[in-house]
This record gives sequence, structure tokens and C-alpha cells, in this order.
Amino acid sequence: MTSSQHTHTPKAALSRRRFMEGAATLGGTLWGNTSHTHAETEAHSPQQPLNAQTAPNIHDLPSSYKPQFFNDEEYLFLEHACERIFPQDSHGPGACALGVPRFIDLQMNTPYGRGELWYLKGPFINGPAELGYQLPYSPQDLYRRTITPINTHCLMTHDALFVELSSAQQDDILSSLENGQLHFNDIPGNIFFEQLRTNTLEGAFADPAYGGNYDMNGWQMMGFPGARADFMDWINQNGASYPLGPVSMPPSSQAELNEGD
Amino acid sequence: MAENSHTSSTATSPKPDVLIIGAGWAGSIMAKELTEAGLSVTMLERGKDHSTAIEGTYPKSIDELRGAVRKRLFQKLAHSSLTIRNKPDQVALPYRQLAAFLPGEGVGGAGLHWSGCHFRATEDDLRLRSNTIERYGKTFIPEDMHLQDYGVTYQELEPFFDKAEKIFGTSGQAYTVNGRIVGQGNVFAPDRSDHFPLPAMEDTYSASLFRKAAAKVGYNPYSIPAANASQPYTNPYGCQMGPCNFCGYCSGYACYLYSKASPNVNILPALRQNPRFKLITQANVLEILLDGDRKKATGVRYVNTQTLTEHTLTADLVILTAFQLHNVHLLLTSGIGQPYNPADQSGTVGRNFFYQTITSSRVWLPKNTFSNQFVGAGGAGVAIDDFNQPGFDRGPAGFIGGSPLWVNQAGVKPITAAIGAGGKGKARWGHTYKTEMIEQYQHSLGIEAHGSNMSYRDVYLDLDPTWRNAYGQPMLRMTFTWKDNDIRMNQYVVNKLQDIANEMGATRTQLNSLQYGQAFDSRIYQTTHLGGGAVMGDSPTTSVVNRYLQSWDVSNLFVIGSSAFPQGMGYNPTGLVAALAYWSAHHIRTSYLANPGPMVQA
Ligand SMILES: Cc1cc2nc3c(=O)[nH]c(=O)nc-3n(C[C@H](O)[C@H](O)[C@H](O)COP(=O)(O)OP(=O)(O)OC[C@H]3O[C@@H](n4cnc5c(N)ncnc54)[C@H](O)[C@@H]3O)c2cc1C
Ligand code: SF4
Repeated sequence: MTSSQHTHTPKAALSRRRFMEGAATLGGTLWGNTSHTHAETEAHSPQQPLNAQTAPNIHDLPSSYKPQFFNDEEYLFLEHACERIFPQDSHGPGACALGVPRFIDLQMNTPYGRGELWYLKGPFINGPAELGYQLPYSPQDLYRRTITPINTHCLMTHDALFVELSSAQQDDILSSLENGQLHFNDIPGNIFFEQLRTNTLEGAFADPAYGGNYDMNGWQMMGFPGARADFMDWINQNGASYPLGPVSMPPSSQAELNEGD
Repeated sequence: MAENSHTSSTATSPKPDVLIIGAGWAGSIMAKELTEAGLSVTMLERGKDHSTAIEGTYPKSIDELRGAVRKRLFQKLAHSSLTIRNKPDQVALPYRQLAAFLPGEGVGGAGLHWSGCHFRATEDDLRLRSNTIERYGKTFIPEDMHLQDYGVTYQELEPFFDKAEKIFGTSGQAYTVNGRIVGQGNVFAPDRSDHFPLPAMEDTYSASLFRKAAAKVGYNPYSIPAANASQPYTNPYGCQMGPCNFCGYCSGYACYLYSKASPNVNILPALRQNPRFKLITQANVLEILLDGDRKKATGVRYVNTQTLTEHTLTADLVILTAFQLHNVHLLLTSGIGQPYNPADQSGTVGRNFFYQTITSSRVWLPKNTFSNQFVGAGGAGVAIDDFNQPGFDRGPAGFIGGSPLWVNQAGVKPITAAIGAGGKGKARWGHTYKTEMIEQYQHSLGIEAHGSNMSYRDVYLDLDPTWRNAYGQPMLRMTFTWKDNDIRMNQYVVNKLQDIANEMGATRTQLNSLQYGQAFDSRIYQTTHLGGGAVMGDSPTTSVVNRYLQSWDVSNLFVIGSSAFPQGMGYNPTGLVAALAYWSAHHIRTSYLANPGPMVQA
């Protein structure tokens, strides 16, 4: 398969109707339920900067978070895809319990999410991979232009949304994105995949103030002491493991952290 | 003292004697030297003011997402970037996301967020062409390689290497001082007139393993000279540093402890008090202005990046210290000198552009041993120069150049570690990835081959025909890829690692080297050690500046930075950038000012 097809088969149309009507109640596979609706999320314009009032309390469980940038369909996709990339296992929590989808949602309304950190002047010409990213899109655009087509593709091929697929099927889709076999609109799957993988790992390990790394559990797993930043007496302890757990930055408002510099 | 001195220029400001473009290491050194000489100096910086008291406040300064990941202290690409291609027959495309290299922006330049490995160049580096010919004959130099001498000797630069180390508060261990063996420093290092101002940094566990193993295999390990303070220090300018605690947030961050040398900590506090010194921030210089016969600079034209208004300033002397890439860019946009043309090899501006080869290999330790990679200081570590030193016989190996091998554990943070893990046949996500990534973080360590890269006929900088910066100027275009000589060198040196790794008790080793035919990949961080393009030398047909870093074309313009290096060396560049700045300033003070005009007859 080389690209998503947009031809409407009756079967797909049926599923799509189900998809449009039922997205808000479909999820639940990871959290038990999700209660937010499109109406709520659309109230936030993607361009609206996040201010202290809308900033979530990062001490709240990630599962109670209502996305501010993504709609329900997109957010559900993120929950499932991020969890496949960074799954829960014997080492510790996966992406969802760490709040990675919340982290990614919050990052969208920052200068980074809006693409303001990238050189995005045209013309835009494709070239060899080594010459780097050449699309006109911000991170917001990359997610917005890709998640729904991935779901459409899943409906075409499996008659189900991404979130309804088995883990193995989800992994297959992610692999075909990673190796560039799939592409959606003009976005090669591997570009989207790298964006998703990078943001997932950022969310697992950034300071909890950004909404991921819930309760510093990402750092605990890695044995990383966070913001301690003082190893005067631990420069060389002959390979012993560092004895102290992590500390994080004092809570400060999301808006302040993301103001850019 | 006041941390910020945002000043806005007005047409009525008195004309300064000197204009300096760029407030990084080179600019700050020149400003200090020239104000000491009694001149009035205005320094223009495109970015914001930066100071430890603000950018360096704990804990916001050590936030990995904000720091090394979102790259808050680096060049704002949205305003200005450059284009890159591997070969002259390709269309160069914009560098849209910071990755391979991270130029600085704002007061301090990249000197605010560098790591601090602080080396001197050797006589061999400075006389590479002559030494190679004397040793191996002219035919040993590949036909397309532009090997050149700097036109200045180690003996001439030694006092300025020494001065830079004292200003930077560099920690290290000498081998010889005035010809006498004084300690267990690098046996291959050139002789010194004095000790390092501070004792060497301690070894992290990983570095100590490397030191023991390398010695056992028969090599000569030494402590990397580090511009991270091993003890409290006050430099000759009266600027103070506190001891480094190996916080691990060095490379890409402002040091919150005043321990890493930076223009902001080591020079600017003294400069800012001087009434003859003025700093204008958020002033992006667009052009160096010339007089009618284009032989004299009259001043600069700059844009205030906040108001987008343009201003002109005049001065008798202009010093260009905007970093290697931007030095070349400004020469090209100002029409100074002749742009290099690879077709007939005419012109010099943009010629002899080069980079740094670097590959990182990995050693895994037993699972009961923790490498604690988050501990570290940017310049600290243990290196061997056995395959970089002048005496190493390149003849049988068939390459020019060389590479130290080192463990330079500068503090590995989890986002970067997680993103970099996997690949090369290993999972990059999912269950297996997670297990292997955590193991890699806790029980492995990196060893780098940080080597030279030569200059070549078809590797150069010029102006891009298509893409423009926010001020409507054509952006710089980089034509660069890896070449066989440097790949051969890298592979040769990396292959020496296996014995050391075995001796370290590796349970697994992954050796990474450059591969023949591999194109330079702008998506992967290498180093910010870019060089050449406005090189120094003894002839205006092959260099842009003379041995005093004075423009051959415009005698009241000096161009200072790694842009002056004719080809790369195995070491990091800043020790030589600083020494060349002090060398040039010394000759401006002792000779040029009394007798302005060309200091070397073309
Ligand atoms: C992450 C990192 C780690 C590094 N580690 C090491 C290391 O361990 N050892 C080492 O030797 N080197 C290291 N380097 C390289 C080192 O930082 C540079 O060699 C050094 O800073 C160069 O000094 P400079 O004065 O030439 O340029 P910079 O310090 O970059 O200063 C140039 C200044 O000019 C300004 N400027 C540019 N264009 C204009 C314009 N048009 N108008 C006005 N202002 C302008 C820039 O904003 C900048 O502030 C590292 C670099 C980075 C990014
Ligand atoms: S490692 Fe040392 S020099 Fe580097 S930022 Fe931390 S305290 Fe400063």
C-alpha cells in the first residue's frame, strides 16, 4: 500500500458514519471512559494561547484531562498510538499513565506547536532525507492533517478505527508509518511517525510541569534524578547506582514555561 | 552591576572608534582588548541580552525540554537560517529545524551554551600543508584537498593560548612547562609557558574506566582541558567563577553556578562597567558599509529586530565576530572580497569551508554497574591523542588528519537519551525498545572519535539563489559532505576502540564510524564546530584575511572566528578562536593603531 485511498466503499461509509457519530463514546479502551465532547474542544481556537486560567493542574491524573487543542477523535488516537510507542510494562507506566497525550496537547498551543521555532518560508521542495524537514507544516498541522486520514485508512482496510484495532494491528500501522510505506495527503508516514515518537518520548521524560512524566514516574523508571543538578559527591562512586530519587521544578504556570525566549 | 544594558542607538550618539559585530567569545575578547587600548567600542548583537542572573536561574535553566530540546538559547531559525546541499549539482534546501549544528544567538553567543572542552592547536595543525609535504611528499595530498598553513606558528600563539586559559579559568594538567616535565598531562601536547590556572577536573566513573583501560592497552590518556572550574577562581579581569558540581546541564544550557566559562561570566562583567563600552542588543547587522573605492569600511547598517527600523553607525575600525557562518554571510552580503567559485577555484570568500568528523560508539557494562550518565561536566573527560598527535605515522594508514578518542560524559538527560536510543537494527519503540533503552541509559557509556575534517574544492559557502531571511537577504548556502580521506581516518581510529572497550569490561560494544558514500545528514546533531570560509593565510589568492586576521581587501576590517581556520583539526575550535582573537588584538594595539593600513603587503 502506498497511500490512503479516498474512494468511498459502502462498508467504509457505514463505518465512517459510526465514526462521526460515536467518536466521543468509542474510546474507553484505555481509560474506561472519556467524557469530553467535540463541542467542548472546539470552544478553544487552536491559535488561542494557553493562559494560566486554562492551564491544567498537572497534579490531576492525566486521565481526567480534557484536551484543548485536539478533538476527541484525535486525542483518542494519540492515547492509543503513544501507548504502543511507549507501553506500560514491568519497568513502569506507559505513555498514557505518564500523561503523554496531555503533554502533546499542551505543547500544541506553544510557539513550538505553532511552528514558530522552525524556518517555514517557501518555496517548499522535496529533497533527499539528509537535507531535513521540507514541509510547510507546524507540529499542529502535522497532527491535524494526519490523524483523521489514518483513521480513514483503518476503516478502509480493517473496517475499524485505529483505536479499535488489536495491538498487533496498531503496531502494523505504526510500522508502515515509520518505514514510510503509508503517507497521507502530502505528509510521508515517517515524518508523522518521527513527530509522534519524538513528542511521546518528550512527554515521558520532560519535567512534570509540562503535563507528562506524571509524578516523575518517567524519571523514576530511568533512574534519572531530575532537577537535582548537584553531583559534587557523586562524580565517581565506582559504578554504584545513584541513591536519591528525582526532584522536579517547583510548580509554575504552563503559560510561563511555554512563553518562549 | 547592571545585568542588562539595552541601549538604543540614535543618530546623535557619538561615533565610536570601533564597531564589533556579534557578542560571543571573539567579540567580547576584542571589545575588552580594544577598550583597554583606550578606544570607544560599540558591540552589536542580533539577539537578546543574556546573563546568568536571568537565563541561568535554577531550576528553569536546567529544564531539558526548554533547554536542549526546544533549544531556547540557539539561533532563531524562523528569522534566519541557511540552505544545505551535499553536492554542487543539487538544489540546496533550507535548514528548517535545528539539528546538526546549533549556532548561538544573544549576548554570549554560543559561548553561553557551549560545553567547555578547551584545547590549544598544535604546530602540526597550524602548519599542516608544509608538514605533510615535508613528511610524505606533495602527492600524499588528495588532488581535490585544499590543504593550507595558517601563516602563524604555535610559538607566536603560545602567549595568547596561555592568556585565554587564564581568562577562561581552564582546568587541566600540564605535561611540560618551559620544556620541563611537570605532571601527568597529555604527553603529546605542545610545550607551555605556564600551568593551567586550575587543576584538572575529576574523572567521572566512565572516564576513569576509560583512563585505566587506555593506559593498559598502551595508550596515553589525559584529562581534557575544561573551561569548567574545578575550584573557585578569579580571572585577571576580576571576574569570578564558582566550582563546577558536575550538574550535567552544560552543553546547550547556561551554567547556573558561574562555573562554565562564558563571555557573560568571564569578560562582560568587566566590560559592562567601562564607560567606553556600549552594547546594542537586538541589532542585526545587515551590511558592512564601504567607502567609494571599497577599500575602507565606514561602518555598518543594522536592523532593530523589534521595531524593524534600519540604522547606520560609523566607526574607524570594524571587527566582524558574528561566528563562522555569519562572518562569511556578512562578507558576501556586503560584497567584500571575491566569492569563491569552485568551477575555476577563483575567489576566496566561502572557500575552504569544513566541519568536524564525530562518531559516538557505545560500551555496555554489567547490569550491576551504573554509569550514571546524568552526572557530568561539558568539558571534563579523559582522552587519548595517540591517533591525533603530530608524530603518529599517517603514511601506512593513508590519510591526513587525526582524531582524539574520549569519554566526555557531559551529562546525558533522559529525553535526549530516549530519542537517540534504538536504530541500527534495534527497536525504536514498543516493549523491546523500552527495555533496551532503560538498560542503555543506566549501564552504558559513550566514547567519541572527535576528529578532523579537511577542506575540499567542492565544499564551500556562497549565497543561496532562492531562500531569504526575515530581512529580505539571500541566505547562506552550504555545500558539504563527508570525503574519503576523513572517513578513512574516522574508521581507522574507531577500530582502535575495541581493545579499550574489552579492557573496560564491556559486555557489548557498538562501534560507529562514518561509512564511504554516506552523505552529511543535517537531521542529526554532530557538533557546532564549523570552520573556514574566511580563512587566514599568506596570500590573498587563497585566503580572505592575513596572519593578523585583517581583511586583504578592506584594511580596517578584521574577521575573527573559526572562519579563519583553513581546515579542521581533531580538537574543538574555541581555544584557537580565543587565542587568534588575542593575537589579532595584540597586533592591532601594538602596530595597527599607530599606523592604520594593511599590516601585510599583498
Ligand atoms: C552545544 C555546543 C557545544 C559546544 N561545545 C564546545 C566545546 O566543548 N569546545 C569548543 O571549543 N567549542 C564548543 N562549541 C563551539 C563554540 O561555542 C564556538 O566555537 C564559539 O562560541 C565561537 O565563538 P564566536 O565568538 O566565533 O561565535 P559565537 O560565540 O557564536 O558568537 C557570535 C555572535 O554573533 C551574533 N551575530 C551573528 N550574526 C549577527 C549579525 N548579523 N548581527 C549581529 N550579531 C550577529 C550571534 O547572535 C552570536 O551571539 C560548542 C557549541 C555549541 C553550540
Ligand atoms: S556541569 Fe559544571 S560547568 Fe557545566 S553547567 Fe553544570 S555546574 Fe556549570
